[in-house]
Amino acid sequence: MKDLSLNELNQGLKNKDFSSVELTQYYLNQIKDLNTEINAFITIDEEKSIQQAQQADQLISQNHISELTGIPIAQKDIFCASSWKTTCGSKMLDNFYAPYDSMVVDLFNKCGAINLGKTNMDEFAMGSSNETSYFGAVKNPWNIDFVPGGSSGGSAAAVASGMAPAATATDTGGSIRQPASLCNLTGLKPTYGLVSRFGMIAFASSLDQAGPMAKTAEDCALMLNVMADFDERDSTSIKRDKENYTQSLNASLQGKTIGIPKEFFNDELNDDVKIILEKVMQAYQSLGVNIKEISLPNSQLSIPVYYVIAPAEASSNLSRYDGVKFGYRASNYKDLEEMYLKTREEGFGDEVKRRILVGTYVLSAGYYDAYYLKAQKIRRLIADDFTKAFTECDLILAPSSPSTAFKIGDKTEDPVAMYMQDMYTISTNLAGLPAISAPAGFINKMPIGFQLIGNYFEEAKILNFTHQYQSISDWHKYSPGGVL
Amino acid sequence: MALTDKDIKKLSHLAKINISSDDEMIVLKKLDGIMKLIDTMQKIDTTDVQPMSHALDIYQTLRDDVVTEKNQKEKFLQLGPESNEDYFIVPRVVE
Repeated sequence: MKDLSLNELNQGLKNKDFSSVELTQYYLNQIKDLNTEINAFITIDEEKSIQQAQQADQLISQNHISELTGIPIAQKDIFCASSWKTTCGSKMLDNFYAPYDSMVVDLFNKCGAINLGKTNMDEFAMGSSNETSYFGAVKNPWNIDFVPGGSSGGSAAAVASGMAPAATATDTGGSIRQPASLCNLTGLKPTYGLVSRFGMIAFASSLDQAGPMAKTAEDCALMLNVMADFDERDSTSIKRDKENYTQSLNASLQGKTIGIPKEFFNDELNDDVKIILEKVMQAYQSLGVNIKEISLPNSQLSIPVYYVIAPAEASSNLSRYDGVKFGYRASNYKDLEEMYLKTREEGFGDEVKRRILVGTYVLSAGYYDAYYLKAQKIRRLIADDFTKAFTECDLILAPSSPSTAFKIGDKTEDPVAMYMQDMYTISTNLAGLPAISAPAGFINKMPIGFQLIGNYFEEAKILNFTHQYQSISDWHKYSPGGVL
Repeated sequence: MALTDKDIKKLSHLAKINISSDDEMIVLKKLDGIMKLIDTMQKIDTTDVQPMSHALDIYQTLRDDVVTEKNQKEKFLQLGPESNEDYFIVPRVVE
């Protein structure tokens, strides 16, 4: 069962080569063997998972089997799952058992998929290395001295190490694509609004978006078929017809155009990464794709703009953690004010506190126009650059991360250096565009990905381009144990 | 504009996060670094640019005002650190 694609697992279940219970037990055993070292999962509930697998086997025996029925999927611990501990990587929610399912978990349940467990993550999804988790750092399965990326580092490490066939993840500034790049996976951040945010613990509401993380574009397409759905409980969910994202995976790319933003391919880009991306361009040329230089002149401003907008929204969203209605409450206080102050001092980690303070500052009286409004205006300029670029090309090729994984502890003392990890991913969150990261090769035995960015709702095109690349390359077939 | 320890005290109060006097200088230094990064956007001319709050400029979707879920008061009260049958309990705020 190891390293089978979602499609192959589906065939295996259909052909009765193995049952969902056997499959789920196989992955639970993998977790038992590997999780102590990798720390990719925060919560495992064998009983619940096996019970779901038994129900799936019943469905399969009655021939009620859809693409993901009976297949175990790891859920990032940002998604509420009814009666599962849901921590968002924080001490603040260490005792929180979600009273309802998020839309994403609900959709997987409805198609008969198995919740394999809740994956580790940076606290409240704030981080690019998975080191800010209250439940300890996640290790990169390619080399355990290195970070897996973040914030969806647990999901990435779970899939890369063979503890799960696929996982859910979320991306506010690169949290699907950067860990996918650092762990040799394919991870898709959909258009803002395509996947419901209901029951997904909020970080920065105008940027947060859920998406799939798996080994291949085809697996991501199967996952997105389940995840993308209108939800009236999320006021920014987009109402549109459901698409089948596997339908156009094999479409020819002859005559299509990929744009190369000159601002991303400048002297600041690491030479080794540049060489790898040039090989990706050559591969696309061999598929009949034209390569054309384009410009995203305001993309350099993405990081400062993001570090106004995301903390501002976070400071508002995280005001709900006050020790009253749920979650952690400090034990020693003399009055209500001190209860708030101590609960939030003790319940939040350093990075979360830092971002709440930055957000509070940029929204405070006298500074709103200079920071928040200014950032929202530049956000418009950044989005307009993409609109203009897409009149000249089908998709945009970019680095996913500035380098391969860095060592655990290397950037923890310098928040600004950590923020630079997302320099190539953040602009698409600000614009709300879909983008994927897929395996592109190795530098010193550590993986690195490339990024493809599309226009709004062009997930099918992005998956088609990525699938075509994966049909002529084999980087995605490498796992920490060797070539598949 | 550089932040001062007075700013940190004010932010601690506004954000309701206690910052111990030992940590104040560390927080100040790191926040100051972040604000320097943010301030690089001030050089951009944004006259006549409309602020963008939502990626797709859509209107908020509305639904009919009907009850969709049953009353789950007990379930939610149980999540609170301290509650009785009707309320979440907090330290007394009125004499």
